[in-house]
Amino acid sequence: MLFNEPHPLEVKVLTKRFEYPQKDPIWIDEFLAKEGYAAFRKALEMPPDDIIGEVKKSALRGRGGAGFPTGLKWGFVDRSSPKPKYIVVNADEGEPGTCKDRVLMENDPHMLIEGCLIAGRAINANRGWIYIRGEYRYLIDILDRAIQQAYERGYLGENVQGSGWTFHLSTHTGAGSYECGEESALLESLEGKRGNPRLKPPFPATSGAFQCPTIVNNVETYCAVPSIILNGGEWYAGLGTPKNGGTRMVCLSGHLNRPGVYEVPLGYNLKQLIEEFGGGVWKGRRLKAVIPGGSSSPILTADEIDIPADYDSLAKAGSMLGSGATMVLDETTDMVKLAHRVMKFYAHESCGWCIPCREGTAWLEKMLRRLDEGIGVARDIDMVGQLSHSMLGRTFCALGDAAAMPTISIVEKFRHEFEAKLAAAQSFAPEPETQPLVVL
Amino acid sequence: MTFSPELEARFEKMIGLYPPGRQKGALIPMLLYAQDETGRITDELIEEVSKRLSVNKVEVEEVLGYYTMLHREPRGRHHLQICTNVSCMLVGGEELWHHACHKLGIGNKQTTADGQFSLEEVECIGACSWAPAMIDNYDFHLRVTPESFDALIESLRQKQ
Repeated sequence: MLFNEPHPLEVKVLTKRFEYPQKDPIWIDEFLAKEGYAAFRKALEMPPDDIIGEVKKSALRGRGGAGFPTGLKWGFVDRSSPKPKYIVVNADEGEPGTCKDRVLMENDPHMLIEGCLIAGRAINANRGWIYIRGEYRYLIDILDRAIQQAYERGYLGENVQGSGWTFHLSTHTGAGSYECGEESALLESLEGKRGNPRLKPPFPATSGAFQCPTIVNNVETYCAVPSIILNGGEWYAGLGTPKNGGTRMVCLSGHLNRPGVYEVPLGYNLKQLIEEFGGGVWKGRRLKAVIPGGSSSPILTADEIDIPADYDSLAKAGSMLGSGATMVLDETTDMVKLAHRVMKFYAHESCGWCIPCREGTAWLEKMLRRLDEGIGVARDIDMVGQLSHSMLGRTFCALGDAAAMPTISIVEKFRHEFEAKLAAAQSFAPEPETQPLVVL
Repeated sequence: MTFSPELEARFEKMIGLYPPGRQKGALIPMLLYAQDETGRITDELIEEVSKRLSVNKVEVEEVLGYYTMLHREPRGRHHLQICTNVSCMLVGGEELWHHACHKLGIGNKQTTADGQFSLEEVECIGACSWAPAMIDNYDFHLRVTPESFDALIESLRQKQ
């Protein structure tokens, strides 16, 4: 199975059943033997409000990137609505640097199914979909088999475990689009359309999949729920920091001695995470910067990372915990090239629905490419910042912000590198005279 | 147009997974799974899928332009997708990409003359902690080096 050697300092909640090395996914017999579906059986005896209450107490926050309190989100659904209620799993893992959800689904697929069942009970849903990115085709096979097993053992289908309650679950594939990781675009895609985001409000809890009340959560978020129900919300909350409960999967990548996916408590010091888990910066080099939560999160310099890694502390530091993707950059990293590569991604993935994002990312990519290739001009540096600022908050979804925020931070914190690259290029060719656009 | 019995069974089941009257939900999975069998999205396939889901042909064509994994043009028997996004780039993804282009003598979204390989530079494929990474059709290859890439090409050629 795809997994790196675990680290002795890990706190294993989501990964408690994993073995290393593990040859096959944990199928239903092994899952049941290791406390599997025990939380769901417990939840069957609980009133929905108590389930949501435990999740609220746990201080579990969305692990897809936004960090919204999960219990609060579930509480927004009107259970008495005459419309069907739906559960949607966001398994469109696409935030650059993120490779954790696949580890959970690949090793312990029934944990996700159990999380969906509990969520389904909590909002009185009878159907759910797991929306998986198309590139993870092999995971669809694993999940389909696990779902089949759950149907055979009466954990899915009609009259689940003799409760009289019906719950159906199936996989649904995407086909190559980062934007479909945005929840409203994901729902559009689930309905067989282009993945353009929807105007919000209404939020999915009111009008989601097929215009019915829906909760959309990340894979890891659902996976945390069984442990919360089994051990109590307070226990889970106690693993992390106030308002930031539990453990999270962190994906360490980049210039490290030991990149890998590890499970750590919320609030684990970011610097220690890199040194202890990641084994420090590779090749004996010094650290330059860290992207703490996927390429959408603002960059932190080497002297800004001695902080607890939880949602609130990272927000205070001007960045985001995001999706847990921690990218580590050593002293040799070319920050102009980095800014260009990040923007190339957003320009490629912009769905084109809103003009500030469609045009903004494309122009920023052109300007950053110019700077990267040494054919830019000095005012490009300021213009990159201005253009990024003018994109912020002016789009239907967060993709525009996701492109702007890291760019602003890279230009601000590493402006000297942009200037140096420009100066080096200009020592070969002097800055050309600006040509007027219209000659009168 | 008919598909393999396995796919036919899958399609039949799939249509029931969406609310009544909303079977269009099956559109994107259906196109991707059909493409896996037919190699590409053909006019005939568009017609067939639109008929099966009772949607307009233009609704099918609309999504084709959006999703990067759906393609109308033929690709190589092995579609090699190399990631050059940040995590891969930091540890040699770009070098791997250039090496692959040079080795196969083709560029982005091109196919070798024998139809064996096609190449695509892709965005993050979720293998960041085991970078640089690539996908051969649906098979992930992790911590790929130019040497291991060459070995993969040789083994795929010999399988032929």
